[in-house]
Amino acid sequence: MVNALERYHGGREWLASTLVWSAAALVIATFCWILGDILWHGLSHLSWTFLTAPPRNAGREGGIGPILVSTAVILGVCLGVSLPIGVGTAVLLAEFTTDESLFGRLTRRSLDVLSGVPSIVFGLFGNAFFCKTLGLGFSILSGGLTLACMVLPILIRSTEEGFRSVPSEYRLSAASLGLSRTTTLVHLLLPAAVPGLLVGLVLGVGRAIAETAALIFTSGYVDRMPESLLDSGRALSIHIFDLSMNVPGGDANAYASALVLVVLLLAINGMASWLAEHWLHRRIVTA
Amino acid sequence: MNRCTVFFVLKRYAVLVALSMATLMCVPVSAGAQGNPSEQLSGKLVITGSSTMAPLIVEIGKRFESLHPKVRVDVQTGGSSRGITDAKQELADIGMSSRLLKDEEKADLVTYILARDGVCFLVHKSNPIEALTDQQIVDIFTGKITNWKQVGGRDAAVTVINRADGRSELELFSHHFKVKPMDIKAHLIAGDNEQGIKTLAGNPHAIIYMSVGTSEYDAAQGIPIKLLPLGGVAASTANVRNETFPFARPLVLVAKSNPNPLTKEFIDFALSPKVHDLIDELSFVPIK
Amino acid sequence: MTSSMSYPLSPSNRDKLVIGLLRLCATFAGAIVLFIVVFLAIESLPTLRHIGLFRFFTDASWYPSQGLYNLTPMLWGTLFAMVGSVLIATPLGILSAVFCHYYASPAVARPYRWLIELLAGIPSVVYGFWGLVVLVPLIGAIHPPGPSLLAGIVILTIMILPTIALMADANLANVPQQYLRGAAALGLPRWATIRRVVFPAAKSGLFTGVILETGRAIGETMAILMVCGNVVQTPHSLFDPMRTLTANIALEMAYALGDHRAALFVSGLVLMAMIAALVGAADWISRGRIYG
Repeated sequence: MVNALERYHGGREWLASTLVWSAAALVIATFCWILGDILWHGLSHLSWTFLTAPPRNAGREGGIGPILVSTAVILGVCLGVSLPIGVGTAVLLAEFTTDESLFGRLTRRSLDVLSGVPSIVFGLFGNAFFCKTLGLGFSILSGGLTLACMVLPILIRSTEEGFRSVPSEYRLSAASLGLSRTTTLVHLLLPAAVPGLLVGLVLGVGRAIAETAALIFTSGYVDRMPESLLDSGRALSIHIFDLSMNVPGGDANAYASALVLVVLLLAINGMASWLAEHWLHRRIVTA
Repeated sequence: MNRCTVFFVLKRYAVLVALSMATLMCVPVSAGAQGNPSEQLSGKLVITGSSTMAPLIVEIGKRFESLHPKVRVDVQTGGSSRGITDAKQELADIGMSSRLLKDEEKADLVTYILARDGVCFLVHKSNPIEALTDQQIVDIFTGKITNWKQVGGRDAAVTVINRADGRSELELFSHHFKVKPMDIKAHLIAGDNEQGIKTLAGNPHAIIYMSVGTSEYDAAQGIPIKLLPLGGVAASTANVRNETFPFARPLVLVAKSNPNPLTKEFIDFALSPKVHDLIDELSFVPIK
Repeated sequence: MTSSMSYPLSPSNRDKLVIGLLRLCATFAGAIVLFIVVFLAIESLPTLRHIGLFRFFTDASWYPSQGLYNLTPMLWGTLFAMVGSVLIATPLGILSAVFCHYYASPAVARPYRWLIELLAGIPSVVYGFWGLVVLVPLIGAIHPPGPSLLAGIVILTIMILPTIALMADANLANVPQQYLRGAAALGLPRWATIRRVVFPAAKSGLFTGVILETGRAIGETMAILMVCGNVVQTPHSLFDPMRTLTANIALEMAYALGDHRAALFVSGLVLMAMIAALVGAADWISRGRIYG
């Protein structure tokens, strides 16, 4: 009977193993194909001048200096606005509302719907609300605020998951020690939920950097170095779109810009992981 | 330990955000153009419209800015029709359009022709077809001819690539060949110029119509496309220049009838020979 | 504990202030979607009033210049692309996360995770470009013309895979160690542990991941625009070109005026309705069973 069980489990296990490894291999292969394509075509055009010089000849020569600055500022505005609101909402949803509360369910559902809004609709909304109604015009501020709206649901949902994963023992022990809820939150739960927050951050930053349709209508097409938040500034994804779809002969620099974007992402994600490790390192270790 | 780190980071974060916002908002943008011909020109010029013309106007704008350091030229895309409406409603100082204005759009707008461009038909380089008559073209695009062998090519189904509704190329095609857009039987629809070219390059049995300048440039770069002659005249910017190519279109700037000095100065600059090299570089034909 | 830092408010008042601030944040976040719906409604009101919602599903086809506004072919396009991509990406993504945690050595799992995080941030134009230049000719060689529903599904799958993979990864990491040790103590082999212990424990996070990825699939614009062919027709096979509602808005908004423009906003409302229906269904399915 032991042999029969082993054979039964053995067969299943083997099938599962094969499936899992094949899935991973498929994913790796596809992504290496795409990344390899970018690397192959883009590496030869990278240089320090490319990173710092302004674009010339419709972007086919020169570099992407001002565009990198615009992208960084748009990202900064987006995160600066969405992080506080996002973490605050996630904390409320996870800690201060029960699963049956109407407010909690409504907020959660509206965030789910928000996460499905097409990027082009965000662009039109951003254009009408931030650019026209609030009078910001085509500007980095409009772009950043629109992106913040896009990134919020992802950030909130994964931070909420991060909070949910903190064992209830933490909260119960804190209560038994007489800590106020704010203290428990800030000193105990927030550090423990940081991994969830970081996943949300990484996904959110990824989504923000990758966005094209929303930014064309809000932060605009101007590729000059921005001097204030109210200036129009071209983001890297729009530059790649223009070079590959609109400007004849722009492919080479489009690939190089895509490569720069990939490296930038690696840097941001790497920084996020490093921060996570340093915080995880210091948090209370479970049994 | 932990609580100190969290507070430390939060405080620094808040200070950092405040500082960066403060620095970046330091230099205010001067809104609106100021007219003062005797002094240096200054102000901001907003130009919106055709995405085909946007790269060219960006370059002209940069050269203009280098001559007048206090001026800023902001170019946004949005399509020819958007450019015309923005100029009309004074949301933009100048509109860019890759087609002539319709009668109903002309009210109190002045049209300045900046450059010319042709529209030609492209097939894949491997396609043995050397030329098509006007009637054959109409039949292919309306679905009466469905196989390349009917016009002397290979035995393969034709893939018709039409341009997106609203693009000036479609309107020009419809006008020139007297075909209603609704009658075109398209298998695929391409939006921007390069999207169309890349779609064609990936399909050996496709046909599309496209700006002559863009096609010539890309063919020279080695992309596997072939420009078909029209009415016996080869499709090239040279033939658009000497006006022998039958299917041409103007690239225009539109502005209100009483432009302010900055707008007028820019338009004069854009129409002058000083920017002819920029126009040539983007494969359009300057007006002499 | 708190006596080392003195605050002007007593702990319970401080709590009330903080909770009030948090509620403000949440109301703000939740209200954004309302703003968007109101905005769409205002813009689409003119055409809804004198054309009526019914014609948006029964006209002959989508031909705004002739006054025909049937959204159905594009609705089918959106639905097929979404369903196809979610069906493929979900198992692939979850299995990727399982691979990272239970099958791969740490030396392999770390770079794998970095790879997927990286792919979450590549712009849709880059995916669209790759699709147009590499994938579409490949599909065209099998069955012309190339740009098709299949190309759209493949590109969408690649784009939403990181979302589900990363969410699943984070949630699998949160499964308590006691569960895994208990399963080991019972002698459960690896896959049985995963299937019977880990998945049920992580199901709320996995569910959230599926919702997020479906939302992304419905909302993708640029890449679909480049690889799907953009012809307004109901796709009858995987190789038929088609147009989604999002691509339609992107293509036509540039020049649409009057009724046409309002009709595009109506299609935006239809998309929102689809998402709301999806979320509502998910809520009903999960009530008590997943978040409980």
